[in-house]
Amino acid sequence: MTAFRIPGKGRIDHARPVRFTFDGRVVEGRAGDTVASALLANGIHLMGRSFKYHRPRGAVTAGSEEPNALIRTARGRGRAEPNTRATMQEIHESLAAESQNRWPALAFDVGAINDGLYMLFSAGFYYKTFMWPRSFWDRVYEPLIRRAAGLGRAPTDPDPDLYASRNLHCDVLVVGGGPAGLAAALAAARTGAEVVLVDEQAEIGGTLLSEPHLVIDGQPAWDWLAAALAELGAMPNVRLMPRTTAIGYYHQNMVGLCQRLTDHLADPPADAPRERLWRVRAGQVVLAQGAIEKPLVFDGNDRPGVMLSGAAQTFLHRFGVRVGRRAVVVTTHDSAWHTAFDLAAAGVRIAAIVDLRPGVDGALTARAAALGIEGLTGHTVTDTRGRLRVSGVRVNPVADGRVGPGRIVPCDALLMCGGWTPSLHLFSHTRGTLAWDEASGAFLPDRKTEACQIAGAGRGLWGVAAALEDGAKAGAEAAAAIGRATAPGTFAVQGDRPGTGLVVRELPTDADPGRAKAFVDFQNDVTAKDIRLAVREGMRSIEHVKRYTTTGMATDQGKLSNINGLMIAADALDRPAPEVGLTTFRPPYTPTSFGALAGYRRDGHFEVTRKTPIDPWAEAQGAVFEPVALWRRARYFPRPGEDMDAAVARECRAVRTGVGMFDASTLGKIEVVGPDAVTFLERMYTNPWAKLGVGRCRYGLLLGEDGFIRDDGVIGRLAPDRFHVTTTTGGAARVLSVMEDYLQTEWPDLDVWLTSTSEQWAVVAVQGPKARALLAPFVQGLDLSEAAFPHMSVAECTVAGFPARLFRVSFTGELGFEVNVPARHGRALWETLWQAGQAHGIAAYGTEAMHLLRAEKGFIIVGQDTDGTVTPQDAGLSWAIGKAKPDFVGKRSLVRPDIVAPGRKQLVGLLTEDPDVVLEEGAQIVADPRQPVPMRMIGHVTSSYRSGALGRSIALALVEGGHGRMGETLHVPMPGKTHAVRVTGVTFYDPEGARLKGEEVPA
Amino acid sequence: MTHFSARSLLKNALSGHKDWPAQWPESQPKAEYDVVIVGAGGHGLGAAYYLASQHGITNVAVIDKGWLGGGNTGRNTTIIRSNYLYDESARLYDHALDLWDNLSQELNYNVMYSRRGVMMLAHSVHDEQSFQRHIHSNRLNGVDNCWLTPAEAKAFCPPLDITARRRFPVVGAALQRRAGTARHDAVAWGYARGAAARGVDIIQNCPVTAIRRGPDGAVTGVETAKGFIRAKKVAVSAAGSTSVVLQSAGLRMPLESYPLQALVSEPVKPCFPCVVMSNTVHAYISQSDKGELVIGSGTDQYVSYSQRGGLPLIEHTVAAICEVFPMFRRMRMLRKWGGIVDVTPDRSPILGKLPVKGLYVNCGWGTGGFKATPGAGHLLAWTVAKDEPHPINAPFTLERFTTGRLIDEAAAAAVAH
Ligand SMILES: Cc1cc2nc3c(=O)[nH]c(=O)nc-3n(C[C@H](O)[C@H](O)[C@H](O)COP(=O)(O)OP(=O)(O)OC[C@H]3O[C@@H](n4cnc5c(N)ncnc54)[C@H](O)[C@@H]3O)c2cc1C
Repeated sequence: MTAFRIPGKGRIDHARPVRFTFDGRVVEGRAGDTVASALLANGIHLMGRSFKYHRPRGAVTAGSEEPNALIRTARGRGRAEPNTRATMQEIHESLAAESQNRWPALAFDVGAINDGLYMLFSAGFYYKTFMWPRSFWDRVYEPLIRRAAGLGRAPTDPDPDLYASRNLHCDVLVVGGGPAGLAAALAAARTGAEVVLVDEQAEIGGTLLSEPHLVIDGQPAWDWLAAALAELGAMPNVRLMPRTTAIGYYHQNMVGLCQRLTDHLADPPADAPRERLWRVRAGQVVLAQGAIEKPLVFDGNDRPGVMLSGAAQTFLHRFGVRVGRRAVVVTTHDSAWHTAFDLAAAGVRIAAIVDLRPGVDGALTARAAALGIEGLTGHTVTDTRGRLRVSGVRVNPVADGRVGPGRIVPCDALLMCGGWTPSLHLFSHTRGTLAWDEASGAFLPDRKTEACQIAGAGRGLWGVAAALEDGAKAGAEAAAAIGRATAPGTFAVQGDRPGTGLVVRELPTDADPGRAKAFVDFQNDVTAKDIRLAVREGMRSIEHVKRYTTTGMATDQGKLSNINGLMIAADALDRPAPEVGLTTFRPPYTPTSFGALAGYRRDGHFEVTRKTPIDPWAEAQGAVFEPVALWRRARYFPRPGEDMDAAVARECRAVRTGVGMFDASTLGKIEVVGPDAVTFLERMYTNPWAKLGVGRCRYGLLLGEDGFIRDDGVIGRLAPDRFHVTTTTGGAARVLSVMEDYLQTEWPDLDVWLTSTSEQWAVVAVQGPKARALLAPFVQGLDLSEAAFPHMSVAECTVAGFPARLFRVSFTGELGFEVNVPARHGRALWETLWQAGQAHGIAAYGTEAMHLLRAEKGFIIVGQDTDGTVTPQDAGLSWAIGKAKPDFVGKRSLVRPDIVAPGRKQLVGLLTEDPDVVLEEGAQIVADPRQPVPMRMIGHVTSSYRSGALGRSIALALVEGGHGRMGETLHVPMPGKTHAVRVTGVTFYDPEGARLKGEEVPA
Repeated sequence: MTHFSARSLLKNALSGHKDWPAQWPESQPKAEYDVVIVGAGGHGLGAAYYLASQHGITNVAVIDKGWLGGGNTGRNTTIIRSNYLYDESARLYDHALDLWDNLSQELNYNVMYSRRGVMMLAHSVHDEQSFQRHIHSNRLNGVDNCWLTPAEAKAFCPPLDITARRRFPVVGAALQRRAGTARHDAVAWGYARGAAARGVDIIQNCPVTAIRRGPDGAVTGVETAKGFIRAKKVAVSAAGSTSVVLQSAGLRMPLESYPLQALVSEPVKPCFPCVVMSNTVHAYISQSDKGELVIGSGTDQYVSYSQRGGLPLIEHTVAAICEVFPMFRRMRMLRKWGGIVDVTPDRSPILGKLPVKGLYVNCGWGTGGFKATPGAGHLLAWTVAKDEPHPINAPFTLERFTTGRLIDEAAAAAVAH
């Protein structure tokens, strides 16, 4: 048993020693300890170094608001994280803890030199210097500042752990498992409501865990707690969630929770997630988060051994740890007196209780006297002694605002209490307003914006009896709000310690406050003088003060510093605190791991790759894939020894001379059905649809309201009221939502249904002069001859025994068909045709060949040859506009002055002077290559390939006034060389379209 | 104005920092100004500074409904770059970059402009085509931007995972070395201090409720929470609130206001040397001088004036960052917040005269106007002072949405085929 552990005391398991390491040294604690409580049990207060001055620091709290005792925790490769609160991390045998922000060692840190230069590093000093010489910022000053800043080290290995997430609906979510939260949960749960109770601590109980002397309804507090938890735990409508932090409170009662599942286990199950993010939609939320104790601001209030009195109380009762042998208490609130009494009872020598208030409740002073404790009311603390641990405190009397001579009281712990701040962070996330309450000297909840109740210390009530009553009332009100009325229970509490206090700024001092190291924000090393300096420099808004000094911006997010900072700023501004106001609290309540937020979305599950039914076949064939939107598509099918160029050349040759197969399943498909389907398409697309016969299809062009091309695709009419619309692969979802948007907001009168069928159909494109010969034997119920089923036809039939929609379309310029079959038959159809195709020398071709083949024909790819600034006229697609139509999306924009003005960029073909030069896609085009930079660019290359069919390179480009430049020579300046190009039409291959007919199948 | 330097810092340290003057006074409005600027963001304050310093117009008020710099200026992720596609944009943003270079010295306020390089990741053939188009265009425009192979990208940013097994493998990157970040608050404060020193009144906590026009249609002044203020010239630079403010002058602006969210991690020692953006996964990241990882996402799906923001977008953004940088999974999010960004149909700003005499606007910077702060301020000042646009902002008219001469940088990033 270690020197500071009290045998048998606390809620830890004294029979189970647990060993971990701290800075390489083995430390023994007990099961149930946090790193902080275990270190304190061993007399170790020095746990970290501060941000700016590298001051030695120890734990100042016992909870998640801890600003000082931040450690690096590790357990094997990839499982290390910086800035973990020693006060929250439970110990286990696999834990390696390390202090941070010190070099070479925690006890001797060279960075502490900054502490000596303290006056130089005042608030905002970096805005005033490091400006000369100018070039030094990037190379000298900034690297230095960056190296000095930061706390821990970021992990460098990928994290092997899993993270999970879940959605949950409940009637009542209770945040905080102290007396108020427990009473609320009990009241609501007893009505049968679905209740979730969360608490960030390892154990639910809140204040009750550190006030075992209480007697509630005749039971000792801990027995009452056990009974309450047992009752809640036995109810099927209740979910108890310890180690779970409510991180943010969002619109419409959505609360995010982060549940920590394995960080406290020595040997977690391999498949257990480390943390789980819950998205809870609650009918009612009860916020019972309690209050956070406020530090006092005085010179030297940050030395290891100086901590909040409530923390000492928690370490004592929950962990059985004395935080010192000889303690001084300094306070402006009654609660710290009780801490002193409890510590005294546990054998800690209380050297003095220093209370700034001249008049303190006689019962407290009498009790102190009875215990032989010196009660120094009307006194202040003006300095502390000691470096790595507090060794003494300077105490002075205060009378009529004057500070008298001080004396040093030796001690090894200094416990402070400046009152309590209701914890309203989550409430503030909802933009609920706060109002200053003069009586309690705190901001309390005012106007609510969400369906929530605030209970207990969170709304300024003090004492366990009040918290229980208030919690029960809030729980009953929450239940009533969801239609389960109930009467709140009452509680009989003995041993309650109601109390009052005084709100102060800095403690009065006889020294020069302008030089005092009186910390407001411990971690960021912001002192009272920094705040006053900020105000002096014109930072009159509390937000400016915060940003200029960084107070409240540390990892505790101002939980300890905000009110002190505000009081000091208000004083400096000579304005009342409520007028100055608080800065906005931002989620999360406590820092939340990226892993929990990312959840399942990692690797293959980040954005799930969409694959066609034919994808496994392509993979087996050794296809090389490329991502296209969320899909992966086969780019080419190399044979042994082939590179991309060779494979693509072969694939293209097969299509041009025989037959090729292409998996077109990724194309977007939308079924447009209804009596007004044709009217709808007339309005959406530029083309006319009314006269399109059943069994025919047409190339459709979709514009934005600005008149620019957004999407395209073939649309087939299967019945008077039924269309099969295809879109680009990447555009499918966007087109559907644009259509829905118009349907629902602009034309709700139209009787039309839209259904996405992209994944319901597998599509096999069969293209090439022999396409009909290959396909015809498998088609039943349809005559494929040129006369019966000409180009741009569509029909329902059977292909290879599968029900199919067969399109006669061509994106290659050759005779072509696209066979749509239900997705589950896609692979079988593909393999059937593949087998049969062997006799015709068939090749499977990928997207690269498809791109090349269509470029030879001058067919555009939306998003490659267009970029959202291209009109149909620019793209040479004026023919696709229904001239007689009264309106369609984007029509009005097509007559805007700059859209019809000369000099627009228009799509043209380019042939390089040197036929072997393949231009780079994205390369810029100029008329005069000899001009200096910045050059006047008149266009760019959109598509560029080596064409096997033409035996040379070809390119498409958008060029200013391009349609009027046929035959002109332009230039493409590249690094080192400029290529001359000739402007041509876009159709390089078979301009007459003769090949669309292919070879007739001999009868 | 006390000159800021290592010497003045030392001198004041010795005297206990008691002698620093206010960087700007707390001004109350006068009855009339030559120019009223609505919105004390970086852009509005910058305009006031340049009106005073370059055009000798000092009878100027900058009016804000809240605290200066509290809008998007104080909420953004501070990425500064100029490798935009179109000539008009490249000129606009490069102009700003030139001003950034010397801004700390010009303002005598360290805005910490850090040329650490901005790298944009390409994850597909399509990305590569689009980036190459930018690079070629930038090269011929004299704008710094170059292509990196995956290995070169990794060398520039060691935490980057370039293994092919990733869901979105890195196939290359576009790097602007001259680009970087700056300290956002310092930009607002530096301009405020510089403007105030030259006589500009900065009036905070004073919402402008309406713009008033006389019988001839010309602007006569602004109605505010502190009363009517006369001015023959009013420049509106109110970011997400611009459309609301201008509605009172009878103008309907082609703007949509969206929440845009960002977050920071807990601070850590230097681990991330540059700025990395990925449009494909919708996330960008850098590390502040304080040590926090600064991470931004795309805009929310729906228009809104609420700065609360929600969880889903944050989840997605963090997942995206962890996908590209898997070692950051055990880092923690410290703080997240949102701003309201004003988005035009072509994602380029509107900076110039409005069809109302005496009324000027600077808006539509959307998700990316911090980088333009010195440029926008400078050009707005020019336009107000001379009652005509500078050649650089001349193309960024309101009329372009009627005539169709858009400068569509969003389209340039293009749709996937
Ligand atoms: C999360 C986020 C990340 C971003 N990241 C980047 C980035 O990395 N790089 C980049 O370049 N840009 C980024 N931006 C965009 C950038 O922040 C803005 O484009 C830029 O700061 C706009 O500056 P501003 O001065 O025009 O606007 P603001 O700073 O918003 O100033 C407008 C001011 O107008 C005031 N105002 C509004 N209405 C009224 C009224 N009625 N009366 C008086 N005053 C009024 C507001 O209070 C505000 O102070 C980001 C934005 C956000 C929100």
